[in-house]
Amino acid sequence: MSRAAPRTDRRAAARPPRALVPLAALTVGFLVLPLVALLQRAPWSDLTELVRRPIVTDALRLSLVSAAVATGLSLLGGVPLAWVLARSRLPGLSVLRALATLPVVLPPVVGGAALLFAFGRRGLVGEPLEDATGFVLPFSIWGVIAANTFVALPFLVLTVESGLRAVDTRYEEAAATLGAGRWTVLRRVTLPQAAPSIVAGAVLCFARALGEFGATVTFAGNLQGRTQTMPLAVFVALESDRDAAVALSLVLVAVSLAVLVPLRDRWLRA
Amino acid sequence: MTLRPARPLLAACALPLVLAACGGSTGDAAPSGDGAPERTVTVFAAASLTDAFADVAAAFEDEHPGVTVELSFAGSSALREQVLDGAPADVVATADEAVMADLVDEGAVGEPVAFATNRLQLAVPAGNPAGVGGLDDLGRGDLVIGLCAAGVPCGDLARRVLDGAGVEPAPDTEEPNVRALLAKVEAGELDAGLVYATDVRAAGDAVEAVDVPVGEEGTTRYPIAAVADAPHPRAADAFVAFVTTPAARDVLADHGFGPP
Amino acid sequence: MLRAEVDVRLPDLHLRLDLRVDDGEVVALLGPNGAGKTTTLRAIAGLRPLDGGRVELDGRVLDEPASRTFVPPEQRPVGVVFQDHLLFPHLSALDNVAFGLRARGLRRRAARAAAHAWLERMGLAGVAGARPRTLSGGEAQRVALARALAVEPRLLLLDEPLAALDAGTRVRVRSDLRRHLADFPGGRLLVTHDPLDAIVLADRLVILEGGRVTQTGTPAEVTARPASRYVAQLVGVNVLFGTASGRHTVRLDTGGELTLADALPAAEVAIALRPQAIALHTHRPDGSPRNAWPAVVADVEADRDRVRVTLEGPVQATAEVTPAAMAQLDLVPGARVWASAKAVDLVAYPR
Repeated sequence: MSRAAPRTDRRAAARPPRALVPLAALTVGFLVLPLVALLQRAPWSDLTELVRRPIVTDALRLSLVSAAVATGLSLLGGVPLAWVLARSRLPGLSVLRALATLPVVLPPVVGGAALLFAFGRRGLVGEPLEDATGFVLPFSIWGVIAANTFVALPFLVLTVESGLRAVDTRYEEAAATLGAGRWTVLRRVTLPQAAPSIVAGAVLCFARALGEFGATVTFAGNLQGRTQTMPLAVFVALESDRDAAVALSLVLVAVSLAVLVPLRDRWLRA
Repeated sequence: MTLRPARPLLAACALPLVLAACGGSTGDAAPSGDGAPERTVTVFAAASLTDAFADVAAAFEDEHPGVTVELSFAGSSALREQVLDGAPADVVATADEAVMADLVDEGAVGEPVAFATNRLQLAVPAGNPAGVGGLDDLGRGDLVIGLCAAGVPCGDLARRVLDGAGVEPAPDTEEPNVRALLAKVEAGELDAGLVYATDVRAAGDAVEAVDVPVGEEGTTRYPIAAVADAPHPRAADAFVAFVTTPAARDVLADHGFGPP
Repeated sequence: MLRAEVDVRLPDLHLRLDLRVDDGEVVALLGPNGAGKTTTLRAIAGLRPLDGGRVELDGRVLDEPASRTFVPPEQRPVGVVFQDHLLFPHLSALDNVAFGLRARGLRRRAARAAAHAWLERMGLAGVAGARPRTLSGGEAQRVALARALAVEPRLLLLDEPLAALDAGTRVRVRSDLRRHLADFPGGRLLVTHDPLDAIVLADRLVILEGGRVTQTGTPAEVTARPASRYVAQLVGVNVLFGTASGRHTVRLDTGGELTLADALPAAEVAIALRPQAIALHTHRPDGSPRNAWPAVVADVEADRDRVRVTLEGPVQATAEVTPAAMAQLDLVPGARVWASAKAVDLVAYPR
């Protein structure tokens, strides 16, 4: 197979139209400037001491754990939901899709309040749950995970659904003629082809969960070591200890970059 | 590279400058001292003043027709940060004197005046479902307890009271402001929370108070001051003066505030 | 052995045909696009349920709406080679071939070993580790064949197996395919719109037009005696339909009258006439041709050393002449000419 393209073609394609460059430069500036300001404000001399304080390490641990679990739960429930939305021919599918992606447009605080009405101690499900088992969802790490999953799951569903739609169903027919049952087809033909979109969806989900604030503080509360995630810690620190707030913010930025940059290629390919 | 691309680039750079010249949020500032009428006064107040100051503002507007009061509520420590960051406030009223002292030290406000007091109360949802009897219950791990976060006046007050009573609290959440805490008690998500007497009164039937001794440590004085370099300095002074009048004091008393 | 009575209602076509494929036989289902060939193949594979009729393979009923019997495709011993090969893009050639074996429970090592043997048989051992997108068209198609054969089906279906290949590759792969198909013990049903594929690869042709079978027979029979315009066009022979008006004369449906050398076999006949057997003249010809008629040139198509002239008139036919003749006779659309054919060049058969 010949893959040689004339070199002049490549050069011509890489130069953008002139009007685009200043717009792009301004946009990058707008996005990067707050980061630069943050770096400029950082208490570099105290930084190592600050990031080792329990308020930072507790918050980081909670954030990573709850975001990871939320992503895991989102994969477990979101991929099947995405499959149903992409493939089944049930009536009212568009309504189902709208409901499943509602948290994307819902303000997170509203989401948190809604979670309270459902799973809080006086909630639809929460009250009988507490009466029967004594288990209280808010004010625990599971409350944080629930809040994170609620806001981040729809991003995964949307991404995976479009990825599944892009998989050619003819491959699944070919697999059937070779003797593969529906489960085998899903496992060995459909999902491997949708893998890039599943990874992209998981990354999006993790990032959203990591940054979640409104639903968490409304539903799960705020307690260091138990429910105080990084965004909550930053919010509280901003009022009492600005330096700690900046240190926390830098840690969050560093963690986010560490997650997003290596997976950049996968994202682009999906 | 020819000169042509520079023009759109220059235009793009000039745009933010033009916008800045049109003014951000300090649009209608009348310079102090030239006698022009001031039509608004922006008041930053502690969250616990939410309902009371709405009525105080209405009374002020009745006395000063033509002037509108813009109210903004937040936790007192948040208020401090906002004012220090240069928010366009004319007046600031905090829930404790320590926060106000910080602002005075920074030269951000004029001379503060105490205008009300508030007392801490132990609030439980209507019907007291968890059977909370006293401050000791706040140390029980099996109850779901809420306090205000440390650094917020309500939270500092609560910790002083509990310390004095010899109780080691076991909170399940530390809310960033007292109204958020009250909301959770109202909703029945918390079995008990330490809030202000005014909050208990504001919540009406949804919340009850459990009688506990709070003493001097459980009482806080509310100071109010005009912000230095305020956009509307004369309106600011008028508002500060108004808040200490008997009329205002009556309004505050209706909401459960004590005299200064 | 496959016995199928296919009844499928599509939005713009009602497909009704009976099909039989014996073990060891290669049957080609040939027809124009939209005739229902692929639908027939999909129905036999189980990818589309019948609306009526039945599909029976080796005595086992795979699909019979009347008795609510339907065996899903994964349980049918039917192998399919698809038009675009449809090799799984995320698996190597080897894993593609091993796929069916693994789906049936064989362990990975055994499946891969068997797959390797199949690839070697096809001469493709060298590309075992390659991804499908790096394979050439011909290689991919052969891997697809190996993949279908690896699970040892009782019936092999091929859907336009050479359609996706360019002309040069097609010739080579066609002869390769003929060899590999010969080794398969079961029945083979090939769907195609290319008559050359059908003639080279099949023992028997079934012509499908508009959802109905219009002719069946060996390639020789069908090409010698095309029963429809479509087949005639396909094999490049003129077919004229008419009624006997004497022992040797036929009155054509289009109006003309032709005399044949042989006695007519039936009252309603089709007459095959090769384009090369038609001569064109500027005036009515003298001489031996029994058949001469006036015609108007409808279309002229030059093709290197041959010119195909479509004629209209009492006899609708295409003649083939040399470029010199075209110039000499000034053959342009609209020109009036005389055409003639010898009685011995006309072959009649029952309609």
